[in-house]
Amino acid sequence: MARGRDRSGGRGGSEALIPEIGHYALVLALGLALIQSSLPLWGAARNDFGLMELARTTAIGQFLCLTLAFGALIQAFAVSDFSVRLVADNSYSGNPLIYKIAAAWGNHEGSLVLWVWILALYGMGVAVFGRNLPAPFRARVLAVQGLIGTGFLAFMLFTSNPFLRLDPAPADGQGFNPILQDPALAAHPPMLYTGYVGLSMAYAFAIAALIEGRVDASWARWVRPWTLAAWCCLSFGIALGSYWAYYELGWGGWWFWDPVENASFMPWLAATALLHSALVVEKRASLKSWTILLAILAFSLSLLGTFLVRSGVLTSVHAFAIDPARGVFILALLAVAIGGSLALYAWRAPQLQAGGLFAPVSREGGLLLNNLLLATACATVFLGTLYPLLLEALGGPKISVGPPYFDATFAPLMVPLLIALPAGAMLAWKRGDLAGVLGRLKAAFAITAIVAIAEIVLAGGRGVLAAGGMALAVWVVAGSLVELAGRVQLLRGPLRQSWQRAKGLPRSAYSMTLAHIGVGVVVAGITASSAWRGEAILVMQPGDTTTLAGYSFKLDGIADHQGPNYVARRATFEITKNSRPVATLTPERRFYPVEQQSTSEAGIDTGFWRDLYVVLGDPAKGAKAGADAHAVRIYYNPLVMWIWGGVAIMGVAGLWSLTDRRHRVGAPTGARARLAAAAARA
Amino acid sequence: MTLRRLLYLIPVLVFAGIGIGLALGLTRDPSILPSVLIGKSVPQFELPPVAGLDRPGLSSADLKGQAVLVNVFASWCVPCRAEQPLLLRLADSGVPIYGINYKDKPDQVDAWLGELGNPFKRIGADRSGRVAIDWGVYGVPETFVIDADGRIRHKFVGPLMPQDVDQTLLPMLAKLNG
Repeated sequence: MARGRDRSGGRGGSEALIPEIGHYALVLALGLALIQSSLPLWGAARNDFGLMELARTTAIGQFLCLTLAFGALIQAFAVSDFSVRLVADNSYSGNPLIYKIAAAWGNHEGSLVLWVWILALYGMGVAVFGRNLPAPFRARVLAVQGLIGTGFLAFMLFTSNPFLRLDPAPADGQGFNPILQDPALAAHPPMLYTGYVGLSMAYAFAIAALIEGRVDASWARWVRPWTLAAWCCLSFGIALGSYWAYYELGWGGWWFWDPVENASFMPWLAATALLHSALVVEKRASLKSWTILLAILAFSLSLLGTFLVRSGVLTSVHAFAIDPARGVFILALLAVAIGGSLALYAWRAPQLQAGGLFAPVSREGGLLLNNLLLATACATVFLGTLYPLLLEALGGPKISVGPPYFDATFAPLMVPLLIALPAGAMLAWKRGDLAGVLGRLKAAFAITAIVAIAEIVLAGGRGVLAAGGMALAVWVVAGSLVELAGRVQLLRGPLRQSWQRAKGLPRSAYSMTLAHIGVGVVVAGITASSAWRGEAILVMQPGDTTTLAGYSFKLDGIADHQGPNYVARRATFEITKNSRPVATLTPERRFYPVEQQSTSEAGIDTGFWRDLYVVLGDPAKGAKAGADAHAVRIYYNPLVMWIWGGVAIMGVAGLWSLTDRRHRVGAPTGARARLAAAAARA
Repeated sequence: MTLRRLLYLIPVLVFAGIGIGLALGLTRDPSILPSVLIGKSVPQFELPPVAGLDRPGLSSADLKGQAVLVNVFASWCVPCRAEQPLLLRLADSGVPIYGINYKDKPDQVDAWLGELGNPFKRIGADRSGRVAIDWGVYGVPETFVIDADGRIRHKFVGPLMPQDVDQTLLPMLAKLNG
């Protein structure tokens, strides 16, 4: 393991020891996590304030240790210290600095360091900003965080140590997978993990609440901002990954229902349900045990995603580090974290006090419907992802479940969800008036009907499904705007009065509207880009022209191009519409000599209404000698940017809502907040 | 009341089931892709020799009479390089190995075999990759075990590993020849 002698040739002695310092910091972090997960729990049970406070000290200490370890790892990658095995396996001295650094988390061991570092960051967040949490509750939350940290640090040190040395050090590294050398993918894992790991906060709050046997409105107010923050990051992370797949994999598609994609999508669905059900707990003290279950499930699904990617039970395009020994360790971790928490749930949840009753037609009822549909959608994705695995484990045949299954099961669940969304958001708590709400939605309904009919007429009676999808999108957006207009009583009194009301509305109201509009935008993007997409696959040589969706694509020429760590053949396409120039696209076929891999870089002209997408394929076989003919794929993707734009709107809405004073329980300001905290404690 | 308590047990029971399934899943090797062709006769094909090599071509008729290995390889394939020493050792110990050279250029095959050694008795040049499709090849390298009747008995995906040879391949050949 760690040896202290200088093996790095010309480098100075102290710098050469940095990986060892990182290694020791990891061991120290494990020790602190062990203390954090045990003594404060005991202290909380015996009401010993000193032991409870230990949770905060150790959480902060753990964060500092892991920051040191993570920094040491990044340093090793940045200076290309090939005496560290992980660096030698995953980096190359000639790569640009940003991809040297991104390579630090573009592999199994390094991504685990990132994972626990973010976990410790959240833990420190609770330790520093959670002053208004009751001391025993805070101690228990941090202890649960410490338990998770203990599990992952032990996993890392015993099966996936990032700081192992290589002796002698190789002259250069083996390179970094070229398709991962991309700005979006450098940012994708940190975003995604911040989301995944953020759900551990909801989990820790749920476990602490089960231990104390009490869930109330203040619990929901504490848990919601953390879940919201995690949900935003998860949304951004998934969108980045999907956008990367869109432009890098070169198929013009953006979601493949790949098991690893599903692994990030399931926690997102569960977290979305949790955000909505926590509202009911906060406002009406109802749906408590269901919300606790969702909090446990959301994080459990994140853990399961980690298991699926790393254990080797699934092979996938981006599964790294396939190793059964690690799989056994992770499975044991899952058994403790998920099995333990669900067992605790089975034992304690029935004792939770039932909350307020509500009629089926009410805001609570609407949110319950939202939860049922999201949970069912999550379950169908879960089934499609794990069914082949479980079937094979039980001795069945090896099968794979593909997009047709997911399209056939997932989409039908989203339709009622979207239909109900605007009405649900307008129903009153406890007992709602559906007829009245539908009456107020008349305007939205009229707009939707006009759009749907116009589309069917324009399409000449074809494409009823597409018209239906666009109608749903319009319905959600228009319905959300009508809801907002109703709140400020727009056109129902003087404009000045509406303006006053608009100023008085909390930010959370605006962010709800904005998030729901984002949903509508995503639906429009998905519908348009799948229904009206154009595609041409052909062989072209310089001088050739082809047309697609009214655009004319002329292949000007194909030339060699030298990149920083690759060589490429680069084609130049001139795109015109009605003889007016639109764009010049330069799709490439790159070859990375160090990694011995080829990648394809699509040429994309991104626009608000459509993307033009050109991929340079293999040289054509059987072409005339001397002719530089290539297979070329051209896609016309209408509204495709709306998919990621819509997700971005949803994520920004979530972040905006976080700035709402009501959510800032973590950072109380002034006497009122202290009073509120005292009241919550009482 | 007790019924309600049972309801709360459902999540943990479901998870226990999934956990057992995942544990069983860990015991499987995800890289084993069963071939639907196992137990069937090899597809009908006839491949010319690689131009410039001193090895004859390969056709389905050559695969009758004794148990043989058919290895799908290419000079551009890095894992093939890794398994080549193992194939050479097998060939030295008397196992007949035939090659299907997949989407390759003759001069490059020649140079490659010259560098690493040539374990193949016959090599069919599948420049278009059509025959490989009939064989159900996912990628190179793949190695098929063919019995004396010309039926496919086993398929290895990816480079052969020493334990594949010791634990699966050699016992199987012994049985087929015995």
